[in-house]
Amino acid sequence: MKITTLLASAAIALGLATSGFADGHEKTKVGFVYVGPIGDGGWTYEHNKGRLAVEEHFGDAVETVFVENVAEGPDSERVMTQMALDGADLIFTTSFGYMDPTINIAAKFPDVKFEHATGYKRADNVSTYSARFYEGRAIQGHIAGKMTKSNIIGYIASYPIPEVIRGINAAYIHAAKVNPDVEFKIIWAYTWFDPAKEADAARALIEQGADVVLQHTDSTAPQAAAQEAGDVVTFGQASDMGQYAPFPRVSSIIDDWAPYYIARTQAVMDGTWESTDTWDGIGAGMVAIGEITDAVPADVKEEALAMKAAIADGSYHPFTGPLKKQDGSDWLAEGEIADDGTLAGMNFYIEGLTGEIPQ
Amino acid sequence: MDLSVINPVLLLAALMSAATPILLAATGELVVERAGVLNLGVEGMMIVGAICGFAAAVESASPLVGFAAAAAGGAVLSLLFALLTQLTLANQVASGLALTLFGLGLSALLGQGYVGVKPPRMPDVDFGPLAEIPLLGPVLFSHDPILYIGILLVAAVWAVLKFTRAGLILRAVGENHDAAHALGYKVVRIRTLAIMFGGALAGLGGAYISLIRVPQWTEGMTAGVGWIALALVVFASWKPWRVLLGAYLFGGIAQLQLNLQGAGVAIPVEYLAMSPYIITIVVLVVLSADRTAAPGSLGRIFHASG
Repeated sequence: MKITTLLASAAIALGLATSGFADGHEKTKVGFVYVGPIGDGGWTYEHNKGRLAVEEHFGDAVETVFVENVAEGPDSERVMTQMALDGADLIFTTSFGYMDPTINIAAKFPDVKFEHATGYKRADNVSTYSARFYEGRAIQGHIAGKMTKSNIIGYIASYPIPEVIRGINAAYIHAAKVNPDVEFKIIWAYTWFDPAKEADAARALIEQGADVVLQHTDSTAPQAAAQEAGDVVTFGQASDMGQYAPFPRVSSIIDDWAPYYIARTQAVMDGTWESTDTWDGIGAGMVAIGEITDAVPADVKEEALAMKAAIADGSYHPFTGPLKKQDGSDWLAEGEIADDGTLAGMNFYIEGLTGEIPQ
Repeated sequence: MDLSVINPVLLLAALMSAATPILLAATGELVVERAGVLNLGVEGMMIVGAICGFAAAVESASPLVGFAAAAAGGAVLSLLFALLTQLTLANQVASGLALTLFGLGLSALLGQGYVGVKPPRMPDVDFGPLAEIPLLGPVLFSHDPILYIGILLVAAVWAVLKFTRAGLILRAVGENHDAAHALGYKVVRIRTLAIMFGGALAGLGGAYISLIRVPQWTEGMTAGVGWIALALVVFASWKPWRVLLGAYLFGGIAQLQLNLQGAGVAIPVEYLAMSPYIITIVVLVVLSADRTAAPGSLGRIFHASG
């Protein structure tokens, strides 16, 4: 009897507490949906750093919640619905595969603002945001092309979506520019996060002669595999992965979401939030290049930093013609710069890459 | 396309290493299910084994201590499942799922200080002149001891289940716990031991990933291997050698498809990516045409009064 009474009163108290939140609603509540664990050391780790920055910036005025390891697809709708029902004012969905679920749930909760990372579908209460990772990929490609001795560069790709294809193209263009003999071997892992599989993929590439491995998956497993092999160059992906510096990790692309998350949270608090499409790169600070270590020859490092500066101030665009598509057809004429629309939907390889993009 | 870049010797060696975590976990789960218990917590026990093994190996600088700790960690976690399902008679499916969720969270907590740490390397077994044999040497005689222990465990489980009194009792408990109880066998005790054995093996499998295959600690790094091991037990019709075959098929094709992709083979990547699952299932389903049934009491709750 006693336990039942206790449970019942606890349930009532809980009910009161939650309804109190729903009514009072003084704090702005910001939700984050993550595709991997916050300790992946890469993509999700950086998004979570952005979340922590929001908490630190606003203090008690903001409450953040997050759910990690949310599978892309229908399950993510459940998570988003729960967040919206729990009173979130702003929800960041941080993986490409949440695109349609975000649009679906946003339609059901018109008063909640949604922000979807790396997608292209928007609505009145859905913004999209992404970073121009390809700018960092161009710098990686340059260093990779200069440093490979076997002229084979391995690339662990995740899913065949525009963002990944853009990265492959940007890296290849700049590797081939400094080293025309370079060959890209691409393995599609069909996962964002599976350390064992990522390590296996890295090993398969290394066994096939690659001495540089680029990754577009989220864990540090390929770094560990490269370290074991001994003489293979890698780059940190999404996060600095500095624990593998100075070698094999010789540089990295770091995503810095904090300023954006703070600005968007502020906009919700001020009531000035609008549906927007943000795509910032090195110039705006959303993409940072991690320290280039001394394992990279000094002249190569200098060239890489010069390219970074040129991209940052807008004097150089990684997709500048003349460029042809893989089938040999013309894409960009001499000096022509790719428009954002084509880049955002990129579904073709650049001339010189072998293999086909999975459809 | 250039198949010559694939080195078959390295591929076969990689196959054995890739299959070992699944093999260990599936062998453990096979014993659990033959005792009539369905433990869906394999993934959770693996990840806890992965971090326990990793932490112990780093702290003691000995991979063997790590593997011992991994087995202990998995077994201790499985005791929680045993407590829930054998003593408090909770639903096995729900308890197993809860165990997986709990294991994932617990391992993330335990592993906080170990991100980015490099574990001590497990030396390969020294087979002396055997390792010098062309082809066979590098494929069969150039691995770490845990891989061989995995194969020996399959043989041991097979022999014990088939030829010994202990195996007969275990199977009796799994087929009909009421009858076994009527004969005077301690159903709960036998099942608890089986669950602990399964937990220990799952822990070993997890540590194999964090100490040998990757080697590093990352949250959630087992990434679903436990579920594959669970499925494998069913498709292998609860027979140890078929578990071995299935694990090697799955691990082997998973390795092969990565290599084929790297070599630029003209098979669409989508087919390559799904091939390990499809081929393993097809082969094992064809093999199980003899309609071996699941253990009769699988997943059913036992109470002595019933």
